[in-house]
Amino acid sequence: MSDIVLKTENLTKHYGGVHALQEANFELRKGEHVAIMGDNGAGKSTFVRQITGVEQRTEGKVWFDGKEVNFSGPIEAREAGIETVFQNLALADDLDVPSNLFLGREKVLFNLGPFSILDRKAMRKATEAALIRTAVKIPNLSSTIRHMSGGQRQCVAIARTATFASKLIIMDEPTAALGVQETAQVENIIRTLKENGEPLILVSHNMRQVFDLVDRIVVFRRGKIVANLRKQDTDGNDIVAYITGAKTGQAELQAA
Amino acid sequence: MSQSSHGIGGLSYDAKKRPWPAEFNVFLALVILVAAFELIGRVFLGDSFLFNTRENVSGLFNEQRLQIIILQVSIVGIIAIGVTQVIICGGIDLSSGSIVGATAMIAMSFAQVATVNGNPNPKAMFIDYGLTDLPVIVPLLVAIGCGLIAGLINGALIAYTRIPPFIATLGMMVTARGVAKWWSKGQPISFPTDSFAAIGKGLMPVVIFISLAILFQLILTYTKYGKHCYAIGSNEDAARMSGIKIANHKVLVYAIAGILAALAAVVLSSKNLTAQAGMGVMYELDAIAMAVIGGVSLSGGRGSIIGTVIGSLIFGVIISGFTFLRLDAYYQEMVKGVIIVGAVVLDQWRQRRRAIGA
Repeated sequence: MSDIVLKTENLTKHYGGVHALQEANFELRKGEHVAIMGDNGAGKSTFVRQITGVEQRTEGKVWFDGKEVNFSGPIEAREAGIETVFQNLALADDLDVPSNLFLGREKVLFNLGPFSILDRKAMRKATEAALIRTAVKIPNLSSTIRHMSGGQRQCVAIARTATFASKLIIMDEPTAALGVQETAQVENIIRTLKENGEPLILVSHNMRQVFDLVDRIVVFRRGKIVANLRKQDTDGNDIVAYITGAKTGQAELQAA
Repeated sequence: MSQSSHGIGGLSYDAKKRPWPAEFNVFLALVILVAAFELIGRVFLGDSFLFNTRENVSGLFNEQRLQIIILQVSIVGIIAIGVTQVIICGGIDLSSGSIVGATAMIAMSFAQVATVNGNPNPKAMFIDYGLTDLPVIVPLLVAIGCGLIAGLINGALIAYTRIPPFIATLGMMVTARGVAKWWSKGQPISFPTDSFAAIGKGLMPVVIFISLAILFQLILTYTKYGKHCYAIGSNEDAARMSGIKIANHKVLVYAIAGILAALAAVVLSSKNLTAQAGMGVMYELDAIAMAVIGGVSLSGGRGSIIGTVIGSLIFGVIISGFTFLRLDAYYQEMVKGVIIVGAVVLDQWRQRRRAIGA
């Protein structure tokens, strides 16, 4: 099964006595966009944190890109090809767009260790190309993040992930704090990523957004995956039933 | 209108519309300040602050005053360069004045002559070991070593024990001052070699200050090191998530600040031809003031060496202006305090306004 990008088996996380995540079995194929839904505290973010190495899992196995992996931190996961847009954005407010895009992986003209001379032109060019590729709209490349709206900031963060993510992008509620227009802009970027065949995991509360954007929906409830449904096989009411626990989903999971 | 219009991903913007550089405001403040002193001088003293009014001296400007202004800020200015990069990186360095004191004492004791007017140098510390009349490179390397060690300790404390920079460098401030007093049991160290004395002669301090300022302006703008300083000061978590080695970077930042304080010590002791344990007292606050006046934000992430240089000139103009107006030296210190606090208040206000605007 070479087209599986990410696979987890019995992924489990306990915080002391709290079973935040129990035996999660998850698969993501090449080019596939999957949404993770669930109520607050259902285990969505916990799941993401185990995959991206932010936290260490209690039990279970993770395969990424054909190999079993055990990331010790988010940087290691990033180096392996998993890029994450975190809820807190992780941008440096006082730097401009190219500097943020290339933060920690700057292009250099001369390598002088820490005093390496930056190749500002190349970074600027690459930034323009990346923004065009992801259809991100930024009024001015040289203005700092501080001077941008929430939507523009989110776009920069997403453009950054999209520029470097070779294999997988994870977005944790990318539009939670955005207005209508800004949300639309972010959704357009996600569509562009889909067209480019980049696999994506989208954590979202927004039902309309999920049905608009993804191929498959995975529902978490009380630390367990209770549903794993292709978009065309379900609808909003069905998903809500799983989220609230009106439907338990054990039978359906067996079938799927 | 033939404005060039560019767009990224469809949205257009005016390429000519650049953000107003913060240094411009600082420069404007400098001009206004000079004009104010000029005006007050003309009205109340019948004398000019900036221009030459004496018959027997040629030239348009009062060159003597201008030289004094830049000379008296250049030594603290060297420290301010190091302090600027520390503050941009989100830290603070209170130890630089004491590092100046300790380094001046130690370096000077390796720069002494063997004989003064035919007699053995009474103040030479290492004359019994034959460590006199050493080439100038020796005291220079000793000084850099002292600054480096102090800076490395500062940086390591901050990076690895995670104590606030304020506390770590406060400890170094007290300790380094103790070293300065202990080194010669409080005795001044004098009679340097000619080559050592040449370092701080005439306008050399200004030349050294400006050269270092240009070097560090370039480093902060065009190197990875500079970019990471701004990134860490701006959002340390983001910098960490981006894979920047925060601890290593901080150690380097404080080490460089220590070396710059040591260089200031060399220039100062060379200029004065003596080193004393009390040298550099309060220099750290003057250096921080120069940076803050120059637009360096105490919350990190913003500022530049150019700003600090202009800030140091503002500092010099104020001190020189007070002397020009024949005001008591006590007023200078009082006003200095007001200016430091005022600059920080201004910075806070600017940030709030930006936050609302965004």
